[in-house]
Amino acid sequence: MASLQRVFGKNSAYWLIGPAAVWLAIFFLFPMLSLLTTSLSDPAGSPIYGYDLTWRLQNYFEAISDYWPYMVRSLIYAGIATLLCLVLGYVLAYAIAFKAGRWKNVMLVLVIAPFFTSFLVRTLSWKLILADNGWLVESLQWLHILGEDGRLLATPFAVVMGLTYNFLPFMILPLYTSLEKIDPRLNEAAADLYSSPWQRFTKVIWPLSIPGVVGGTLLTFIPASGDYINSDLLGNPNTQMVGNKIQTLFTDASDYPHAAALSVILMVLIVGMVLFYVRRAGTEDLL
Amino acid sequence: MSEVPQEEEQKKGVSRRGLIIGGGVAAAGVAGFALLNRGGGGNAAGDCVTTDLSDTEATLNMSNWPEYVDEDDGDYVSTLTTFEQETGIDVTYTPDVNDNVEFFAKVRNQLGACQPTGRDMFVLTDWMAARMIDAGWIQKLDKANIPNVDKNLISSLQGVGWDPNREYSAPWQSGFTGIAYNKSLVGEVATMDELLTRSDLKGKITLLTEMRDTMGLMLLAEGADPANFTSDQWGNALEKLSKARTDGQVRAFTGNEYVNDLAAGNIAACVAWSGDVAAAEDENLVFLPPEEGMMIWSDNMIVPVQGMHKTNAEKLIDFYYDPVQAAKLAAYVWYVCPVEGAQAEMEKIDPSLVDNPLIFPTADFLASTHNFMALSEADAAKYEQEFADVIG
Repeated sequence: MASLQRVFGKNSAYWLIGPAAVWLAIFFLFPMLSLLTTSLSDPAGSPIYGYDLTWRLQNYFEAISDYWPYMVRSLIYAGIATLLCLVLGYVLAYAIAFKAGRWKNVMLVLVIAPFFTSFLVRTLSWKLILADNGWLVESLQWLHILGEDGRLLATPFAVVMGLTYNFLPFMILPLYTSLEKIDPRLNEAAADLYSSPWQRFTKVIWPLSIPGVVGGTLLTFIPASGDYINSDLLGNPNTQMVGNKIQTLFTDASDYPHAAALSVILMVLIVGMVLFYVRRAGTEDLL
Repeated sequence: MSEVPQEEEQKKGVSRRGLIIGGGVAAAGVAGFALLNRGGGGNAAGDCVTTDLSDTEATLNMSNWPEYVDEDDGDYVSTLTTFEQETGIDVTYTPDVNDNVEFFAKVRNQLGACQPTGRDMFVLTDWMAARMIDAGWIQKLDKANIPNVDKNLISSLQGVGWDPNREYSAPWQSGFTGIAYNKSLVGEVATMDELLTRSDLKGKITLLTEMRDTMGLMLLAEGADPANFTSDQWGNALEKLSKARTDGQVRAFTGNEYVNDLAAGNIAACVAWSGDVAAAEDENLVFLPPEEGMMIWSDNMIVPVQGMHKTNAEKLIDFYYDPVQAAKLAAYVWYVCPVEGAQAEMEKIDPSLVDNPLIFPTADFLASTHNFMALSEADAAKYEQEFADVIG
């Protein structure tokens, strides 16, 4: 603090907070206000002539009663994808942290490597892999894992798989950082005290990795529940998530107020769930 | 020890002042808000027409639909390249119109706020062009600069309800909405009912997100006239669509991208635009008019009020109304050519296309096609909302 004061003068705190505060005011607060007022406007307006702010709370009730299935579906898909990411990610992060030896850095780079190409392109390429007449589906049909008319593309499976694939790195990285910090000697000590491998995992490794688990699940679940690209490209009309609904309301139906209300509801729901989750996990101090 | 309270003091100061600043920003936000949020505001007076920079800048930014223009290929010189060579105008041609409503959402904030969209011309379907002209977002064309349009526009497209004297728009191409199927996968799909109920097509069809295309055909299948239907007929047609969707018959509602899925075999049949199938150059793909009839529409070149190169745009419009160029374009895209005299020119390019009704429809053929009813802004919003609720 003292040295910072020397550089920035007495008001160092303002200098430090300033840029981020201005940034947030412009790019977060303003859009947020726009969203809130739109969500309370009269849907009788049009995108051409604008909407009147009439404090119409009904938008919220209507959005919930009309579109709750999309909300539920989003939470279920995101939940499954998060669980899958956790299982897959934990195993991999554990391996990288404790077993990878000199391959550690290479493996970490490989985890991040998919980010070098765009999210959209990667999801589109799944469309090719899962195509109805592609080699994958045909092999699975030959093996009788899939029926004659069976398909992968445009199914809930493809959507959940896409979500899992796209958000996996967000799970692995926080898990890795917290696993990597664990002192291996704790594990050895537990072994010396005759605990079985399973006990060592449940009593030593898992509790110490909780911060990573919480961070990873949040970084996976939050974007996954608002995602619409995976469902748009890999799903069908019956797998639409709330993000797709918000998008069609904005673009196809030009119904900005309900779309905005739905966005606010999603946001509140997720913040609520996150707070509850973090409290239950006893990791408030991490936030 | 004595330093601690000082820091404490400072912390307090920060939060107190931070609160004031934060509150101020919030208040300013709320106050300035009503303005921001109004969004639109049609500029009926047309008072935000920009100055034309065509005299000094030989450029033109044009937005069009995908697969809607010929491309250079080996020795073949495309119409667009010819235009660039003849006029010295550098055309930036962007195929970023995939769906009228989606494109509208992309540009409406700038158009409403009287700001440039970076585009000098776009090509939109009749009803959307009408909507933008109504909102005062489109510039009048200078007839003196487009003599070919006056001379060569085919009679069936001359007077349209929304632009009676073609003061604002010139058709790029017209086309039909019908059914396409992949004959290597399924047998002929002759009606909308077959498309929506046949079990071998389950999960293998797509419909268009364009309400007027999909619902036009649904209304025809319902025995209604898309140009004049009742709300009961609309309700029935929509219900049928909703059922097909819940049953899993419909794989997706798409824009222009259905062509790839049809060729790849991910879908077996779909509602399609007439030229796309021919442009895909895949002998397995077949386009046919459903027995109940087809929809007809035109896509129109329009210049937004903030389009800064209007004269250049007019040069391009005039160029494409030269029968020679029009025939060349039509032979490539296989859509209905709006230019009189192109049929004669086609004889020199590809005689087999001269009598193709999808490019040069006869009056009889046109009589079996249908338009979609012109809707008021309120009705359009209602129907689009209901349609959007069904498609997902």
